[in-house]
Amino acid sequence: MSRIINTLLIGISGGSIYSLMSLALVLVWRSTRVVNFAQAGQAILSTYIGYVVVTHTDNYWLAFPVALLSGALIGALVDIFLIRILARRANSGPVAAIAPVIATLGLLGLIRAIVGMIWGGDLRRFKLPVTNHGFTFGHTTIPFAPINLLIVVTTVIVMLIFSVIFQRTNLGLALRASAFSPEIARLAGVRVDLTRTIGWAFAGAAGAIAGVLVTPTNYLSPNSLDLLLVSGFVAAVIGGLESLIGAALGGLVLGISLAFVLEYISSSLAFPVAFVVLMAVLLIKPAGLFGGKRVRSA
Amino acid sequence: MDNRSTLLSIDSLSVSFGGLKALANVSLDLHAGEVVGLIGPNGAGKTTFFNALSGLVSVASGSLRLYDQDQKWPQPHDLVDLGIARTLQGVGLFPDLTVLENVMLGATKFSEGGLIRAALGLEGRTERKLQTLAMNALERVYAAGIAHQRVDSLPYPVTKRVAIARALVSEPKILLLDEPAGGLGIQDIDWMNGLIRNLAQNCAILLVEHHMDVVMSVCHRLYVLNFGEVIASGDAKSVRENPDVVAAYLGTQAVH
Repeated sequence: MSRIINTLLIGISGGSIYSLMSLALVLVWRSTRVVNFAQAGQAILSTYIGYVVVTHTDNYWLAFPVALLSGALIGALVDIFLIRILARRANSGPVAAIAPVIATLGLLGLIRAIVGMIWGGDLRRFKLPVTNHGFTFGHTTIPFAPINLLIVVTTVIVMLIFSVIFQRTNLGLALRASAFSPEIARLAGVRVDLTRTIGWAFAGAAGAIAGVLVTPTNYLSPNSLDLLLVSGFVAAVIGGLESLIGAALGGLVLGISLAFVLEYISSSLAFPVAFVVLMAVLLIKPAGLFGGKRVRSA
Repeated sequence: MDNRSTLLSIDSLSVSFGGLKALANVSLDLHAGEVVGLIGPNGAGKTTFFNALSGLVSVASGSLRLYDQDQKWPQPHDLVDLGIARTLQGVGLFPDLTVLENVMLGATKFSEGGLIRAALGLEGRTERKLQTLAMNALERVYAAGIAHQRVDSLPYPVTKRVAIARALVSEPKILLLDEPAGGLGIQDIDWMNGLIRNLAQNCAILLVEHHMDVVMSVCHRLYVLNFGEVIASGDAKSVRENPDVVAAYLGTQAVH
């Protein structure tokens, strides 16, 4: 019994990270209809910036907001200098849909190369903000540690903040309207370009948070977040791509399934299982488990 | 303001799509307190005229004066700041938002701090102000009771009113109505006539409409477009009796 609960807790912690990355991808998809492969690159650059802060100051809690703001800034810059221009130059036909996606793929490679040039390819340690030794109850120590608790709590806070922004504020309204129909939103007086850039900035921040939360439990290298990008996509598709709640739940479904596979079957199966889950969802319910009309697109 | 002051004056507007002249030398004035109808057969260029004025198509030549000042042709998001609001053919609402949210979107120009402040969660007061403005606009079209319903749950005639409320919430001086009676039944059309006359007490209205009953009943003056050119203008009676207009609508045989 306790083994099941422990596995569940670890799954929730891992799933939280997937949720954050999934949220980043969904935010960009919703605001500009771009599948953003560069998200892993944006997140890794923000994480390295956080790494610089943490190695100079030895203070994780300073690195966290710096990485978050860098992530937001990088996201905004990518939109302004790449996506917006592409949207203007290639604005109709099949090219309009595919050009930005290929561009983000190129950008991912570019950012990884730049990160590699600056910091080299070797694996680095990112200081843990809190311990990764599991909580102890009496004589038993469980795998779930303060770092896992931090991950889960931070994710919940981020999700709540985004839900409030989307559901309760005029900015959220503008974001949703711009995603649905930029022309109508413009006519209604919404600054659509600015709104979309804010969507990209939010996404960049969410990806950066995922990066600085997961990296201390692992190593940092120019491509250490690539697997997270894949998991984020899987979670986003499970969640139906459109909704923030879907992104969060998709991450949890994936995280918990993977934890059980790792624990009860084999630790080498994690990666293939992610894809099996993805294909199963697409085959059975292509709109995602939480897609369609039932979940309000929050 | 003098009741005859000119709010909007367009001189020799031309728009081309590739080699095709969609509008050729169209001139039009709109004075304070007026309801002006823009009519013509299908494809005459009525919606193109609205699109040019709202920045959705680019203008080949022609000049624009607003409130007695020269004005460059606006971008879509400039419109509300210039005191112009537009409704769209086929409504153009956001189906998965509520009525109130749809109308609030039209009031974005009143959010003082802008989007950046909103992103930081500092806009609670503005939020409530926008809601109040939106409710007032809904009351003007008698739709306050449905404020919290989702738009995709409403019957079509009601969505037309919501679309007008969204235009009203920006407190326009000039209201562009694109086929407000399109797709409505006879009773709803009567109701819409009354609403348009009501709205005209607070802003000048430029109206594109196919229903001649609506046009004849609410418009002070008419412009008739055919093949992108103004073929007649003036009050309803003189336009109706103009042989060019009869020819354009019914074919030349009707005249001879």
